[in-house]
Amino acid sequence: MEKKEYTLYNDTVMDHFLNPRNMGDVEAADGVGEVGAAACGDIMKISLKIRDGKIEDARFKTFGCGSAIASSSMATELIKGRTLEEAKNFSNQEVVDALGGLPPVKIHCSVLAEEALKAAIEDYEAKQSTVEKSAAVAA
Amino acid sequence: MDKRSVYLDHQTTTPVLEEALQAMLPYFREAYGSPSSLHRFGLEVREGLATAREQLAALINAESPDDLIFTSGGTEASNLAIKGFAEANSKRKGNHFVVAATEHPSVLNSIEFMTKHGFDVTQVPVDNVGRIKPEDVRAAITEKTLLVCVHLVNHDIGTIQPVREIGKICAEKNVSLYCDALAAAGWLPIDVQELGVHLLSFSPHRFYGPKGIGVLYRNRKARVTSLIHGGVQENGRRAGTENVPAIIGAGVAAEIALREMPQRIALVAALQKRLYDGLFTNIDYLKLNGPVPGPERVCNQLNLSTEFIEGEGQLLLLDHSGIAVASGSSCVSKSLKVSHVLSAIHLDHALAQGNIIMSLGKDNTNEDVDYVIEKFPEIVKKLRNMSPMWKEFEEGVIDSVIAPTGRGKSFTQHAADLSGKPAH
Ligand code: FES
Repeated sequence: MEKKEYTLYNDTVMDHFLNPRNMGDVEAADGVGEVGAAACGDIMKISLKIRDGKIEDARFKTFGCGSAIASSSMATELIKGRTLEEAKNFSNQEVVDALGGLPPVKIHCSVLAEEALKAAIEDYEAKQSTVEKSAAVAA
Repeated sequence: MDKRSVYLDHQTTTPVLEEALQAMLPYFREAYGSPSSLHRFGLEVREGLATAREQLAALINAESPDDLIFTSGGTEASNLAIKGFAEANSKRKGNHFVVAATEHPSVLNSIEFMTKHGFDVTQVPVDNVGRIKPEDVRAAITEKTLLVCVHLVNHDIGTIQPVREIGKICAEKNVSLYCDALAAAGWLPIDVQELGVHLLSFSPHRFYGPKGIGVLYRNRKARVTSLIHGGVQENGRRAGTENVPAIIGAGVAAEIALREMPQRIALVAALQKRLYDGLFTNIDYLKLNGPVPGPERVCNQLNLSTEFIEGEGQLLLLDHSGIAVASGSSCVSKSLKVSHVLSAIHLDHALAQGNIIMSLGKDNTNEDVDYVIEKFPEIVKKLRNMSPMWKEFEEGVIDSVIAPTGRGKSFTQHAADLSGKPAH
């Protein structure tokens, strides 16, 4: 038999799984989102550094399968440099496309990335409004 | 150590023995007749099948080679044992099954199918290492019980079951006993007469025979009705032209398995012990599922849960290092459910997610095992670095299930809080 390399996922997914980009936690993050997948019970955390309404840095940590790790790696790559408004419209389909596709049963892993990102933005906005409120109270 | 290729999934399937392959080859192009034919081409093959039947009967000490029915595999053999037995006997005997909660899916799903056709089932629980209590089986048997179904070795966590004691109870109660020996055959001596089973199934590709052939033993007292209808092959219990080359190969694999069993068991048990000791010395927050290596566990596998990380990632990174394993994590299963065996032993969801199964074979070496002992801790470290749980554990937000510190909530609780749904 010819010796071919067989891997469970395509090359792009395998690359992001084996060499994840942006793995870790943003120091003194402006927003942190941690979400769980109802389907399989896995967990993803995304932390953001936000400057002038733009995502300056994004990092992830994931307890989950290969495609969850690859999805979080890809999602953080994609959103860096985007404005908050753009990031709020971010969809898991973008991750799936950028990864060159995921098996149907693994689509929910990319949804986890979308949800973690949105949770991080919400966290940032919630903190902002308390900052504004306390500023208002102080004034 | 240089990258090696280490196959540690022998519980799923094994390579075909050279001797078995060589015995099979003539049956593709030279002795290609059908055993049902009356001419010399057929008669020659008939003789080959008779030999294979004897070899396979010897492996389990069946009373007679005629007690064996060849099927397409272990799954068909379980289906035949359950549905074929029910079809043949339910009118006289009853419509109730007793089954262990940790049976192979081919057993559980066959019974589930029967419950849609007027049958009832009582599932017998297992303890935290997967053991069935014979007294629980006794308590589950009713006047309507048709068949008790228990496995000899658990396919997932390696527990060896007290089948002989269960056999005695079934004899006392005059109930038939079916034993799934899929994970046992070739790795544990089997004597159907001593076990007191009426039906027993196994699959030769688990002990270096080919795929595409399964065996159902049924003694004189156990009648089964064919599920596959057609000609009168296998004495009318399984229609269809026999998979001759596979049966021939299975016979040779069985003969060699029987002859070499003491050496195989000694070798593989030593590897199992080496792997167990090495991994537990080098990895913290690691748990063995099922009994410790020894008389209560099959010699060829370890079922492990590594805390704070998920199983598919471990499987993929091991594969990337050349090591092939299996996993019972929900992320690995097509149904996104953790292994039902791990649920049945009440393993915490987080630990079930971190599950992998390493199963050894007769061709593995000490070097293979040492390679795994070197690589696996690196992989665990890499995945823990990536896992939010690990840091949250270090910070005291969540606690370890394996070695609780008393700080923080359980991972399972944490996961349920985050997903808004209890983990299964
Ligand atoms: S995160 Fe569990 S299946 Fe992908």
